[in-house]
Amino acid sequence: MRAQFVLSEIGVGLRRNLTMTFAVVISVALSLALFGGALLMREQVSTMKGYWYDKVNVSIFFCNKNDAETIPKCAKGAVTAEQKRQVKADLDKMDVVKKVEYESADQAFKHYKEQFGDSSMADTITPDQMQESYRVKLKDPEKYKVVATAFAGRDGVQSVQDQRGILDNLFNLMNGMNVVALYVMALMLVIALMLIVNTVRVSAFSRRRETGIMRLVGASSFYIQMPFIMEAAVAGLIGGVFACVMLLAGRYFLIDHGLALSEKLTLVNFIGWDAVLAKLPLVLAIALLMPALAGFVALRKYLKV
Amino acid sequence: MIRFDNVSKTYPKQSRPALRDVSLEVEKGEFVFLVGSSGSGKSTFLRLLLREERASHGMVHVLGKDLARLSNWKVPQMRRQLGTVFQDFRLLPNKTVGENVAFAQEVIGKSRGEIRKSVPQVLDLVGLGGKEDRMPGELSGGEQQRVAIARAFVNRPMLLIADEPTGNLDPQTSVGIMKLLDRINRTGTTVVMATHDQQIVDQMRKRVIELEGGRLVRDQSRGVYGYQH
Repeated sequence: MRAQFVLSEIGVGLRRNLTMTFAVVISVALSLALFGGALLMREQVSTMKGYWYDKVNVSIFFCNKNDAETIPKCAKGAVTAEQKRQVKADLDKMDVVKKVEYESADQAFKHYKEQFGDSSMADTITPDQMQESYRVKLKDPEKYKVVATAFAGRDGVQSVQDQRGILDNLFNLMNGMNVVALYVMALMLVIALMLIVNTVRVSAFSRRRETGIMRLVGASSFYIQMPFIMEAAVAGLIGGVFACVMLLAGRYFLIDHGLALSEKLTLVNFIGWDAVLAKLPLVLAIALLMPALAGFVALRKYLKV
Repeated sequence: MIRFDNVSKTYPKQSRPALRDVSLEVEKGEFVFLVGSSGSGKSTFLRLLLREERASHGMVHVLGKDLARLSNWKVPQMRRQLGTVFQDFRLLPNKTVGENVAFAQEVIGKSRGEIRKSVPQVLDLVGLGGKEDRMPGELSGGEQQRVAIARAFVNRPMLLIADEPTGNLDPQTSVGIMKLLDRINRTGTTVVMATHDQQIVDQMRKRVIELEGGRLVRDQSRGVYGYQH
């Protein structure tokens, strides 16, 4: 088979269907950009999980003297030094506990001030309204329940709080966005496939004279189908390249420049360029193979060999 | 070369068979006219030869191969040993005469050197020497048919199938085309030609096969178009 002959046939075919080719390129680009985006988002969530779960604590809050009236659990009054020592001793005996830190009401007040600054709400709070607490770091963050059952309901303990719960809301939101992105991607992919099938059909129809003659002179079915499949694959590949550009641009403008999330959200460690680059071969491979396969299937129906 | 054994063909969704129980044999080097009114089964006969259709019953052998048992991917290989010519020429309008002929060689993977050598040669043979760079639209009907014949013959097929090759041409031009087909026949290529042209059949005095309503009603060597006209 002569490569030059095949290449010129592909070029002619793509130009003949310019609008259709354009539609295929755009829909492939969008669907694969969403696909890559969803993959990156998932990776972002898992890096953040790894990073944050290491940092979060299980907090055991003690009753202060104000709680005695408002919270039933603390009806017996503020926590005593003996109760605190008992909790500390029990914590030290537990296998799952890695580290225990004490936070006094004053320290808690200071942290609170740092976090909320001079808002009117913060102004009404006084140090004696804050609670003393133990910040417990676990060897395995999943073992929160063990600590919770051991200390919740004990005299002097107001509540046991797993800070992971707060993060999980964020992660759930991100996962939700991810699922939406995947649904949109699936829809775009279906549109892209239908466009490819239609493009190949139009292409096969407009070249039925050539293909009929090729058939008569004994061209193999592979040789006849090749230009059509290559056409679809080339259009898909162009779409894939656009998708890659969109992913790289997305990383660039969202994280480093433009929106510059990495400066605004210094607490979040974002995925690096290597993670983005690692996704590109997959995106390109799908961009090449998926339209080729769709074209092949379409040809079985629309091109008699 | 060609053998039909009790061949019938019924197209799907049609009750009346297009061919009924046709048996015949064509030897290497023969020139055969296939005659019959429209709808008599001529086209179906030719389509079976080209393996565009498969017989519903019976066996079709072409070039020593049982077409029923020939797998799909081997069909192109078989068609390379056949040449085909049609009433409507079937040339590619945006390719030159030379490119049209070369197309038949390109698609089966002949080398460029081979193509450059054989295209002028075959164009000379059909009497179009030097018209390589003309477009089909610039040529007369007779010349276009010569290009089509050149394309059919460039790969030196064992069997040439012509479906009313003179159907669109005036009598004078038709005679020229028939002379050309006769010459190709004399090189040893078997020719099967479906036609409505009474004059040509009567003049050439070759074997005549007549179909009527899908049945073989006459097979006559040195025959004429019809018994009485």
